[in-house]
Amino acid sequence: MKSLGSIRRDFAPWNDPKAKPYIQFDGVTKRFGDFTAVNNLSLTIFEREFFALLGASGCGKSTLLRMLAGFEEPTAGRILLDGQDLRGIPPYRRPVNMMFQSYALFPHMTVENNIAFGLKQEGMPKPDIEKRVADMLKLVKLEQFAKRKPHQLSGGQRQRVALARSVAKRPKVLLLDEPLGALDKKLREETQFELMDLQQELGLTFVVVTHDQEEAMTMADRIAIMDKGEVMQVATPAEVYEAPTSRFVAHFVGNVNMFEGKVAERTDKATRITGATGAQIVVENGAAATGADIIFAIRPEKIRVSSKKPADAVNALEGEVYDIAYLGDMTVYHVRLDDGQIVRASALNAARVTEDPLTWNDRAWVSFRPDAGVVLAR
Amino acid sequence: MSNTAVADAAAPSTAANPFLTRLGAGFVSRLVIIVPYLWLLFFFLVPFVIVFKISLSQTAIAMPPYTPVLDFRDGVSGFFAGFRDLNFDNYVWLTQDALYFKAYLTSVVIAAISTGLTLLVGYPIAYGMARAPATIRPTLLMLVILPFWTSFLIRVYAWIGILKPEGLLNQLLLSLHIINQPLVILNTYTAIFIGIVYSYLPFMVLPLYSSLEKMDYSLIEAAKDLGCPPTAAFWKITFPLSLPGVIAGCLLVFIPAVGEFVIPDLLGGSQTLMIGKTLWNEFFANRDWPVSSAVAVILLLLLIVPIVLFQHAQARAQEQDK
Repeated sequence: MKSLGSIRRDFAPWNDPKAKPYIQFDGVTKRFGDFTAVNNLSLTIFEREFFALLGASGCGKSTLLRMLAGFEEPTAGRILLDGQDLRGIPPYRRPVNMMFQSYALFPHMTVENNIAFGLKQEGMPKPDIEKRVADMLKLVKLEQFAKRKPHQLSGGQRQRVALARSVAKRPKVLLLDEPLGALDKKLREETQFELMDLQQELGLTFVVVTHDQEEAMTMADRIAIMDKGEVMQVATPAEVYEAPTSRFVAHFVGNVNMFEGKVAERTDKATRITGATGAQIVVENGAAATGADIIFAIRPEKIRVSSKKPADAVNALEGEVYDIAYLGDMTVYHVRLDDGQIVRASALNAARVTEDPLTWNDRAWVSFRPDAGVVLAR
Repeated sequence: MSNTAVADAAAPSTAANPFLTRLGAGFVSRLVIIVPYLWLLFFFLVPFVIVFKISLSQTAIAMPPYTPVLDFRDGVSGFFAGFRDLNFDNYVWLTQDALYFKAYLTSVVIAAISTGLTLLVGYPIAYGMARAPATIRPTLLMLVILPFWTSFLIRVYAWIGILKPEGLLNQLLLSLHIINQPLVILNTYTAIFIGIVYSYLPFMVLPLYSSLEKMDYSLIEAAKDLGCPPTAAFWKITFPLSLPGVIAGCLLVFIPAVGEFVIPDLLGGSQTLMIGKTLWNEFFANRDWPVSSAVAVILLLLLIVPIVLFQHAQARAQEQDK
């Protein structure tokens, strides 16, 4: 069975037409004065899904999260949670909890009391609170820090207290606003996996806001890529990366090479594209009609660089090695094609020894398979 | 720590003699510390010692109006002979006349009540300022400080015009038919409360504002998110976190209010009793410097307790900021 990316996903309610949506944004618009933060946005999130809102700062992703939490009301449209319209319900009556970017730990309370805060609000009996707090401390491995104040903890420990506090009430949905933004790179990578395990263990629906595509790709079942208050694409990480539907998404996630061209000929299986300077390439998947102006987008790791033209290559273009970066696990080549365009190609250094080493200013061929890239509207 | 920092900075130039460097750096940093201590010594400790000495003397019809004077007119032995005449009679006197005890007590009670009232008035003002858009905060801050631009005395005088039976307040209330008879406010304790609350409001608002302003608003959102309605969130989060400001503001109002003289004198009339006025009377009306000095020394001792509390609270607030 062929599949995009390297993972088979068995959890995919978004492909099941009978699956009941859990969170629904229905034509939601939010304006602050003249500024439209979220523009007529519709989105569906399913129960137990790990959903990521990905975008640059100011794209409206945080506003979306804050509307779900109840800190902002939509200017137009509805937000439904488990079939219930959330309009007019204040944040303190919503069955969602949020983990704040700044963590927002109460500085005058101990770790214990921070975690117990929400439980006390709902009037849980004291012995139950104690048990739940102990469970939460165990979950985030902070048992011996129960009596500390937040300022006596490290950044990573604070992050875990914030997490424990926000899941202590067992909310229907956990909202995470840049949950790992304040951590250093190494800790961030570890914590990504911890968060995924936690979500599995608790069986909660997670909605995470992030500007870090790697973070979104690692953790999320599906990603919504946002730009200027609109959703550009909602898809699994593999779909977003391997089958972007727009130039913006292809550009935003990962590195990409773009070739501008025209569809010269279409058959059942293949599309032949003529580049701006006459180069011909053949691709397998392209829905564009003959004569349409299109962009062919291809990821660097799908391109092979060699000193001789590979005998079996369908698509091969000649050029000169312009720049090389050796990164250890892979090598990145910048090849200037004879028509002037620079192509970025990366090769995994799977072996320690290379048969066909290249150097600066060598003549080189870049080649790729017909199914290696996608055709996008210009 | 500053010692080593200065030494490190100076090290490259005089690296040849590290001992000399350290000595020099130690001297400089010590000098820096000495200056404020000298200031405190000359302008606080020495005057206090003089007042304390006068409180141990006896009144005399002379210039200055007490004895012994402790000078070197009779040589060094004469100076030390004077010590034999010092005693605590004036302090004993203060305990024998109930007037002083009552004056101290009413002063403390009036200061405490007016501090509470100032807090009630000042907290909403400071809260509103801290939550106002950042662009208008400097203007609001300016408005709080603005009264300092005119003399305190004149502002208290102005309240006479407002509070007197035929004053602005009574005219307004009479013309609106809210009252039939003019209210008697001037020359009562109510007038003193109004005067203190009005005069010391900035001292309450400013520390409250500074502690409320630096508070992260996401804490309130977090509280709401966890199921806490706004009023409860105020008492559980905002108020406890503003406590350093509350304590600082209360002490900044309470301490000067206890010894306040101008407000009770101008607004309180002759019927009200406060220690500041008592002290003034002893000093100027009775010309009894030793007794008034004793009154002042007791007042100071009385205020040391809240001052120490204040410093303690400040030190704690600073530690939390770290």
